Amino acid sequence: MDLLEYQGKQLFARHGVPVPAGRPAATVDEAVTAADSVGYPCVVKAQVQIGGRGKLGGIKLAATREEAREHAGAILGMDIRGLRVHEVWIEEASDIEAEYYASIVFDRSAKAPLVLFSTKGGVDIEQVAEEDPAALASLHVDPLLGYQQFHGRRLAFEAGVDADLVRPLTALLAKLYDAFVGEDAMLIEVNPLIVTPERELRALDAKVTLDGNALFRHPDNAALRNPSAEDAQEEMAKERGLIYVKLDGDIGILGNGAGLVMSTLDVVAQAGGRPANFLDAGGGSKADAIVAAVEVILSDEKVRAVLFNIFGGITRCDEVAKGLIEAFERVQPRVPFVVRLDGTNDEEGRRLLSDAQLPGLEVEATMLGAAERVVELAAGTPALQPR
Amino acid sequence: MSILVDRETRLCVSGITGREGTFHALNNKRYGTNVVSGVTPGKGGQAVDGIPVFNTFSDAVEETEPNTAMVFVPARFAADSILEAAEAGIRTIVAITEGIPAHDELRVSSHLHGLDEVRLIGPNCPGVLSPGKANVGIIPAAFFREGNVGVVSRSGTLTYQIGNELAQRGFGNSSIVGIGGDPVPGSSFIDVLALFEADPETELVVMSGEIGGSAEEEAAEFIADNVSKPVVGYIAGFTAPPGKTMGHAGAIVSGSKGTARAKAEALEAAGVRVGRTPTEVSEIAVEILDI
Repeated sequence: MDLLEYQGKQLFARHGVPVPAGRPAATVDEAVTAADSVGYPCVVKAQVQIGGRGKLGGIKLAATREEAREHAGAILGMDIRGLRVHEVWIEEASDIEAEYYASIVFDRSAKAPLVLFSTKGGVDIEQVAEEDPAALASLHVDPLLGYQQFHGRRLAFEAGVDADLVRPLTALLAKLYDAFVGEDAMLIEVNPLIVTPERELRALDAKVTLDGNALFRHPDNAALRNPSAEDAQEEMAKERGLIYVKLDGDIGILGNGAGLVMSTLDVVAQAGGRPANFLDAGGGSKADAIVAAVEVILSDEKVRAVLFNIFGGITRCDEVAKGLIEAFERVQPRVPFVVRLDGTNDEEGRRLLSDAQLPGLEVEATMLGAAERVVELAAGTPALQPR
Repeated sequence: MSILVDRETRLCVSGITGREGTFHALNNKRYGTNVVSGVTPGKGGQAVDGIPVFNTFSDAVEETEPNTAMVFVPARFAADSILEAAEAGIRTIVAITEGIPAHDELRVSSHLHGLDEVRLIGPNCPGVLSPGKANVGIIPAAFFREGNVGVVSRSGTLTYQIGNELAQRGFGNSSIVGIGGDPVPGSSFIDVLALFEADPETELVVMSGEIGGSAEEEAAEFIADNVSKPVVGYIAGFTAPPGKTMGHAGAIVSGSKGTARAKAEALEAAGVRVGRTPTEVSEIAVEILDI
């Protein structure tokens, strides 16, 4: 789960990481009120999860109330690389003496948090890593021991931080680590981490990714929303307890188990088709889940044909067939379906489908055959028109 | 022979009194696995179909001497249950539970790493099946029979799909191991490949990976240096867009890292033949073993 900049900054503030004062706003009037309370000059920042928004006009300095109104009006509703701006963050303007970089990454391969620091902040850090690798200091922290002061000193000295900032930086990294573990984060990135003329450190930006599996112990984080990243079908699927990822093709896909669904998308693509979605109905899919899944898939108007690929382990193919029959009664699909059922109770499932004689539904014996057939059908079917 | 679970397995099931726990513990028992006990805090003294239930793993170990644990408790309790099993002296732990927080997995993995010979399979995995010997987990055993092909995979149903394609061409399996789809699996491809390399019954290994992380690339390096048996690879997720989690918590392409293409190329560079579809995997296996 990716947070917006201001959500990340609010999370930082809870852990004592210094951030500029600011307030979020969703309308121009709210933005002006926020700017009045923050004071002038202030910065109006588009809240979308995309790098380089400043260059695309998503960050503006406002010296007066009129300018704040003007900038908020221009930025709210703006489209930045396909993402609509629903909120702005109004922040006190900061004087910048130097720009640093700090991040903590959940390093799967090393099975340990990786802390990165550089005095070359404010630019694309991957570029720094490539062009001047010595400028990027890094180390792993033993998850059982946690961050120690010496970790910070090592990074600070290695990166060549001014002597007066070694101690404050070490303390700031401790707070970032505390946030990383305490909030169950997979990534925390501060770019830039600025040095003010008063020689104070401040997080001027915040990129935070949280572990969705740990949200049960962070109800505040679970309630955070990001309207610009939400997709209508994905929201609908989430409400129904389905795992769904929207893609940009025209063949609706359902399978059971993440690996099999990923594999199904690949096989459809190899057969020349373009998958419209990833949908994992899960192990032990019951009829209700199948009905909900069909509704979600068909709510995407680009879908021209649908493929069901089921290998029943815990999932019983007769349950899937019953769900399909019920779904056809409830939603009366106007696109063809190709169904492949294998595994637990597959014969019973196929018999139920053949008895029901669902219009436009074909049964295929193999995964490969089913993929080829659905690609053929999608090519010959017009896109769904809204009813 | 086989790996990880066999006729010597003495299984204790954590969460045995839950709906899923009971169903699969009894399913494993019916297959012939020696299920010696279960653990549910507060239900010590009860029994599930004759299997005694204990409050703690240490009680279960004292009374029934299990050598293998299966963890079936909900995600928020699962890390604790894995650690309890290890603390009680159980050396093979199979964690089926999905949705364990990644930081919990990190702590568990770091702690277990410091213990002698503790092996964690999973979490978020279908378990381990050694056909004809023992089934620990949720793999539908009816589709598989004894044989010489070892299978190791990050996925459940995809494993059944590949296993089924192999079975249709006459292959049986030494063991089928699901290592799970989470960011920090207890055992890696490398751990399981080493076991198959040492297992005399296994003549060929099928390794099924997917997007996210770098476990496949690391396995490729290991295979080049340490595995003499033929390995056939498969990678799922060629069509997955970057930045999206594809069902499994660990299945995410981050920027340009963790792509299916990079993994397939790494395996091929190590001399592993990679099937483009599950069907092609079984065709390659036929060619190699020349049936």
